[in-house]
Amino acid sequence: MSEQLNKTPLYDLHLELGGKMVPFAGFEMPVQYPLGVKNEHIHTREKAGLFDVSHMGQVLLKGEGAAAMLEKLVPVDIIDLPVGKQRYALFTNEEGGIMDDLMVANYGDYLYVVVNAACKYQDIGHMTENLEDGVELEVLDDRALVALQGPAAADVMKRFAPETADMVFMDTRRISVEGIDCFVSRSGYTGEDGFEISIPSADAAKLCKMFLDQPEVEAIGLGARDSLRLESGLCLYGHDLDTTTTPIEGSLIWAISKIRRADGERAGGFPGADKILEQIATKEFDTKRVGLLGSSRAPVREGTELVNAEGEVIGKVTSGSFGPTIGAPVSMAYVKKAYSTLETEVFALVRGKQLPMTVSRMPFIEQRYYRG
Amino acid sequence: MTASLKFAPSHEWVQVNGDGTVTVGISEHAQELLGDVVFVELPEIGQEVTAGTEFSLVESVKAASDIYAPVSGEVVEVNETLDEAPETINESPLDTGWIAKIKLSNESDLDNLMDEAAYKETLD
Repeated sequence: MSEQLNKTPLYDLHLELGGKMVPFAGFEMPVQYPLGVKNEHIHTREKAGLFDVSHMGQVLLKGEGAAAMLEKLVPVDIIDLPVGKQRYALFTNEEGGIMDDLMVANYGDYLYVVVNAACKYQDIGHMTENLEDGVELEVLDDRALVALQGPAAADVMKRFAPETADMVFMDTRRISVEGIDCFVSRSGYTGEDGFEISIPSADAAKLCKMFLDQPEVEAIGLGARDSLRLESGLCLYGHDLDTTTTPIEGSLIWAISKIRRADGERAGGFPGADKILEQIATKEFDTKRVGLLGSSRAPVREGTELVNAEGEVIGKVTSGSFGPTIGAPVSMAYVKKAYSTLETEVFALVRGKQLPMTVSRMPFIEQRYYRG
Repeated sequence: MTASLKFAPSHEWVQVNGDGTVTVGISEHAQELLGDVVFVELPEIGQEVTAGTEFSLVESVKAASDIYAPVSGEVVEVNETLDEAPETINESPLDTGWIAKIKLSNESDLDNLMDEAAYKETLD
């Protein structure tokens, strides 16, 4: 009953580079290259890393009503999203839970949407069911998606596409990179400056090899992608967020646009709005997502129970690892509201021991987005 | 030095020190499988361990793996440098990356271990 795994347009390149391939969200993906997870992580923070994220879903929504239509599915201002800008959004369900998190970019004539690999078919179905007259959905299944991340990413990108130099964080442009038609955004999921680049499948390996030929750039696998996003306090859907967590519980209130809140001009009008707006107003909810920093060296991983000084269970870790840059174990967890204040000490039950951890501000390390 | 090492099928090595104690670590193959080690849970000095049962734990960026005692006996020394520099296991698994020294309770435990050539055959 082995499931047939998909391959991204960069599969052969991964093998050529010595990538160790593992199944992930229905794809064969490189978890690491010969450099190793820790060094790949550090390299990305110091120079530049190239990530294959082609397993994610890329979708266009076309037609005049596209923004108004998408806005009905997310608690985010899509209608006023300026041309050339990208925004983080959440698909919510009727209970106020999170169906997926996504990126939405306004390219003028259409919206360009990127959704998580594991939720791709669900999200495409959800948008298709909610299509309105005059709005058309196109799945871009003939495109690879890569991320070039790190302090040297901008210099590298400038060599191939000089017009990217004046882009700032969350700017998006459709530009020709070495003659190849790309969707480029200045964004990523590592906490570093960088770009996400959508490339026609046929040209993807060629362009990636050109990036990798640059002295600053190394190929980076999913292992380092995970520790990089974790140190930067960024959620992994299906772990740190799911259909049972609301944006408030998930500490994502910042992602809910002012205009969609109770006193906003376009208040509500998204699935689960009653519950979500009520939670914002009353601040009544049971658990909250927090960052935890360990004081021993032992990583505290997903599923680990958290207790208070009296030994009562007060939460659970949703993702955790050792942060190579911060040099300490970092975790995300849901804890009872009373324990969600910064500097609160909690204890992780690891192999029969109680390891002290401190509720800490996220991101754990400073984000270095380029804001001009 | 590696010529005198003996190996357990679960990828630990043993070096006989000649004073009734053995030094224990994990093989080159094991550290490669684990990837970057970020944490080692050392046994306690004085702890009695039983051959074939877990007595230490190594965590890499990927996962936690139990380390099994290749012989029975009492832990008499642990490699405390691993507390601050767990990556030593990756850099030098057969030497400075040793985990613990065990005082043998039963010399014949050593007969159950493989020499290096036999161990390498099991890896193919």
